[in-house]
Amino acid sequence: MKWPAFAYVRASTLDEVWRLQAQHGEGARVLAGGQTLLATLAFRLSEPDVLVDITRIAALRGISVQGGRLRIGALTRHAELGRDPLVAQHAKLLAEAVPFIAHPAIRNRGTIGGSLAYADPAAELPSCVVALDATLVLVSARGERRVATRDFFTGLLQTALEPGELIAAIEVPLPDASRRSAIVEVARRSGDYAMAGLAVALSLDTGMRVSAPRLVYFGVGNGPVSAARAAAALEGRALGAESIAAAQAALAGDLDPPADLHGPPAMKLHLARVLTARALQRFLPATEIAA
Amino acid sequence: MNEIPTPENIGLSREDLPNSYIGRSVPRPNLPKLVQGLASYTDDVTLPRMVHAAFLRSPHAHARIVKVDSAAALAVPGVLRVFTGADLAKVCDPWVATLDHLKGMKSAPQHPLPLERATWQGEPVVAVIAESRAAAEDGVAALAVEWEPLPAQLDMETALAPGAVLIHPALGDNLVFTRTATKGDVEAAMAAAHKVVEATFVTGRHTGVTLEPRSIIADYNRADGTLTAHHSTQAPHMMQGVFAKQLRMEEGQVRVICKDVGGSFGIKVHVYPDEVAVAAIAKVMGRPVKFVADRFESFVSDIHARDHRLKGRIAVDAEGKILAFDIDDLTGIGPYSVYPRTSAVEGNQVVNLCGGPYDFANYRCTTTVVLQNKTPTCQYRAVGHPIATAVTEGLVDLAAEALGMDPIEIRRRNLIRDDAYPYTSPPGMRFEGLSHHAALEKLLAMVPVAKIRADQEAQRKKGVYRGLGFASFIELTNPSPFMYGLGGARISAQDGATVRMDPDGSVVVLSGVTEQGQGTEGILRQIVAHGVGVALERVKVVTGDTQTTPYGGGTWACRGAGIGGEAALQSAIALKQQILVVAGAMLQAAPESLDIVLGQVVDKATGRERMPLGELGRILYFRGDTLPKDLPRELVQTRHFITKEYPFAFTNGIQACWAEVDAETGLVTVLEHWCVEDCGRVINPLLVDEQVRGGIVQGLGGALYEHCVYDGQGNLLTTTMADYLVPMSAEMPDIHVGHVETPTRESLLGAKGAGEAGTAGAPAALMNAINDALRPLGARVTEQPFTPACILQALGKI
Ligand SMILES: Cc1cc2nc3c(=O)[nH]c(=O)nc-3n(C[C@H](O)[C@H](O)[C@H](O)COP(=O)(O)OP(=O)(O)OC[C@H]3O[C@@H](n4cnc5c(N)ncnc54)[C@H](O)[C@@H]3O)c2cc1C
Repeated sequence: MKWPAFAYVRASTLDEVWRLQAQHGEGARVLAGGQTLLATLAFRLSEPDVLVDITRIAALRGISVQGGRLRIGALTRHAELGRDPLVAQHAKLLAEAVPFIAHPAIRNRGTIGGSLAYADPAAELPSCVVALDATLVLVSARGERRVATRDFFTGLLQTALEPGELIAAIEVPLPDASRRSAIVEVARRSGDYAMAGLAVALSLDTGMRVSAPRLVYFGVGNGPVSAARAAAALEGRALGAESIAAAQAALAGDLDPPADLHGPPAMKLHLARVLTARALQRFLPATEIAA
Repeated sequence: MNEIPTPENIGLSREDLPNSYIGRSVPRPNLPKLVQGLASYTDDVTLPRMVHAAFLRSPHAHARIVKVDSAAALAVPGVLRVFTGADLAKVCDPWVATLDHLKGMKSAPQHPLPLERATWQGEPVVAVIAESRAAAEDGVAALAVEWEPLPAQLDMETALAPGAVLIHPALGDNLVFTRTATKGDVEAAMAAAHKVVEATFVTGRHTGVTLEPRSIIADYNRADGTLTAHHSTQAPHMMQGVFAKQLRMEEGQVRVICKDVGGSFGIKVHVYPDEVAVAAIAKVMGRPVKFVADRFESFVSDIHARDHRLKGRIAVDAEGKILAFDIDDLTGIGPYSVYPRTSAVEGNQVVNLCGGPYDFANYRCTTTVVLQNKTPTCQYRAVGHPIATAVTEGLVDLAAEALGMDPIEIRRRNLIRDDAYPYTSPPGMRFEGLSHHAALEKLLAMVPVAKIRADQEAQRKKGVYRGLGFASFIELTNPSPFMYGLGGARISAQDGATVRMDPDGSVVVLSGVTEQGQGTEGILRQIVAHGVGVALERVKVVTGDTQTTPYGGGTWACRGAGIGGEAALQSAIALKQQILVVAGAMLQAAPESLDIVLGQVVDKATGRERMPLGELGRILYFRGDTLPKDLPRELVQTRHFITKEYPFAFTNGIQACWAEVDAETGLVTVLEHWCVEDCGRVINPLLVDEQVRGGIVQGLGGALYEHCVYDGQGNLLTTTMADYLVPMSAEMPDIHVGHVETPTRESLLGAKGAGEAGTAGAPAALMNAINDALRPLGARVTEQPFTPACILQALGKI
């Protein structure tokens, strides 16, 4: 299908965005990488009056460490995320997620802000930022506020963004040496949205004892799903076959996956359990995995 | 020139001769323009006064069209006209897709836009014509259609049961066609057998995804009463006849031009109601009308295929000799048989092809073809072959398992002997010459079976499940009129080529077969360069225009090389002989003593150059006054070719697949794949290998990913490339291709078809590989596609 008719404006400052919003109200739609928005326009699912291109706004760009936090501008492209040294150092999980996202051409355009704002339940980055306990910096004509990522995703394609509000940046707390993370997923073909996926972060002491585990699943619910019971099954216990099995068992109480084209809910729960073991085993010494 | 050309004396497959191109891997001429984006597809064509069509498609699987209110649509800026079924019925006749030789076949009249009822979700119902496609879509959105939803018949299993929804009440029931082939005494063979094994197989409904969607511009010129269709099609002459007949015109008043076509796979050889509607609208409006299907429309309106359920039994004796096959096939084809090839052919092929590679005595196979409220199905690459091969090879592996016999050994014991030809198969297919055992031996030389089996053992100990699967197959190519013409369809089994030499010594070939990306023009160029004796670069190829090319069937069913190629070779040889007559007069030499090598007339005996063709052309065309008065001057020759001895030229081959199944996630990874096939004379090994590889990828696609999934109301759920999964390069294995060459004696060229072999065998080889991998876990899969859910279910994990 052809896109509905709409106007296009490239904003160079946030003030210009606010001006356009005031002028067009609900009819103004923010355009970042366009890798989701342009496809949905071709489905004629929505008919905005004007697309406001934010990709030239300097305030939404850049990756830096500030005040003990890694700040990632909303306009950071997936490809940039994958090769940035600060991200590799402080938020390796995000860099490791990148190869799972679509294909190179899409990764060269799609942005982290767009991915979080769209909140696709099978997308990788929403779960990663929740697993990293990141905070989002939101801006609007009314000013700036911060929302913890665990409170940001409110439902299927729903977020805490208020009308007119933009994601300006993602702030990730700098991890200490004991912090580990991993991302695993099952997809039909490379680059596809996941049938099920898991972003996990946890701390391991020298005795392999787990603390502050965050297991955040994607592709199995309405958005990133934090598995509190599975986390509780790991908290304070030594990581090993037993605690992993306990976390797997606890998942039944954490997840209530919908059926989709790939299969029934039982399959998603099964895959989530398989991924739980596969992700957690990565943190075990090589000898234990073989056993 | 009374020497009769033979494969030997014209140097076929001799790489040591100059301008010997047949048998050589040379690049095809149209590749640069395709990869540089300089091709000219139908959508690239823009005509003066052109308008655009968009269709309102039925949102219901089955519904009465109560009322169409187009007032708001007509008010949309840019919208010009709105057409309903009733409007088009005034200028366009309906068609009924049956073939007389498929006994008892029935189907309902189909209009370009339905008159009363929509019978599948996605059926075009109302056409909006506007200044742009976007405006036409705005118009479609503004149409108000009142529907009365009706119960839909979706399940093919219940289509003939009492209480089924009658899709066309006038037909009396939903049965389109049924046929049973029997040979010998199946029941007695089963009763006496050492082992009888049975299974139910399902092949998933899928479709052929072409990069370029279906496209047409129909241009009716009121001044001269002609219709010109720029059409992305495989069969321009067939479409010429169809447009003429439905629009009540003479065939000669219709011209079909088919420029570059971005893939077809059988999808573009059928009559689509939206395309005929566009032609009818062009005739009414007297303006060129363009329609390019978008991806949504493609998924709901391009033909689907392979929606079959097969119950099969095989009987073997204690030595593994196959005694009998007993197969019951059921297929749902949507609400209409598709014109003009019909949707009964796929089921009919299943009956013709099951058990095909094997020597056995007792056979029973029934196909039952029924109507349902889903997208119509029809012929798609390797029509019926992957279905027949899956059930045959699945059963052969089950028999081997029951006997404790190696899958290679059971095949070796049962494949038709290479010296058994001519041979007639139990369902009556006549094989001129096949090479199953030679192909098997060649395959075994390529596949490191011992190493693979050792790896399989070692991996199993680590919980990694890998399997090796085999699938022998036959493929029906070079069809004669037995395929369609016999049944009354105006589909030419014959094809023609005109070859001419221009004054500069360059050669042009005009052919009735067509190019969709597979390299038809590449092999025609090779054949003509070889036949005439010029360098490849001196040959230009023209295809895809009913007004300029000889009448022919186009490209489908693997006939481009075998039929179109032979016509080109015969006309090239005739042109060469004609040139040598002229050269003989100019050089005062006997034509028999001359030859043409790389564009030079030479002495045959010594190879001494006598005259370049450009010089011959200059004299002939511009100084004809200097030549003998009675010298024939036609440096242009046309030949047509049709097979006469055999209804079809069968080919054969065998594939092997090495795959890994993740027993926890159900994901299948194809590690390596092999195919040895025998398409007779290989004209261009590079192109044949590409065809085989592409075919295998398409076969693996259907077996693993591609699936048209419907919900309980008959809505197609897989309407984007994110939901309908095509195989992509990252998932595809290395594919090794080998050849055995058994040329057909029906033609000088000896070529049979090669385009469908890969697709025919790949799903069965993969299925057998998966089951080989799953065997220690006690699981088995027989329902395609083999998705993670399907495999996890078989493993009892969900
Ligand atoms: C073929 C294909 C495959 C894909 N596969 C995957 C995959 O496997 N995993 C995955 O995670 N993603 C996948 N994607 C989506 C891709 O990651 C997108 O880039 C991402 O979801 C959206 O980012 P964008 O910058 O392109 O946003 P856009 O498309 O420009 O915008 C998306 C939405 O977010 C809004 N928006 C954008 N930026 C902001 C902001 N800063 N503040 C507030 N609202 C904003 C827009 O208004 C719009 O509503 C795929 C996309 C394609 C086309």
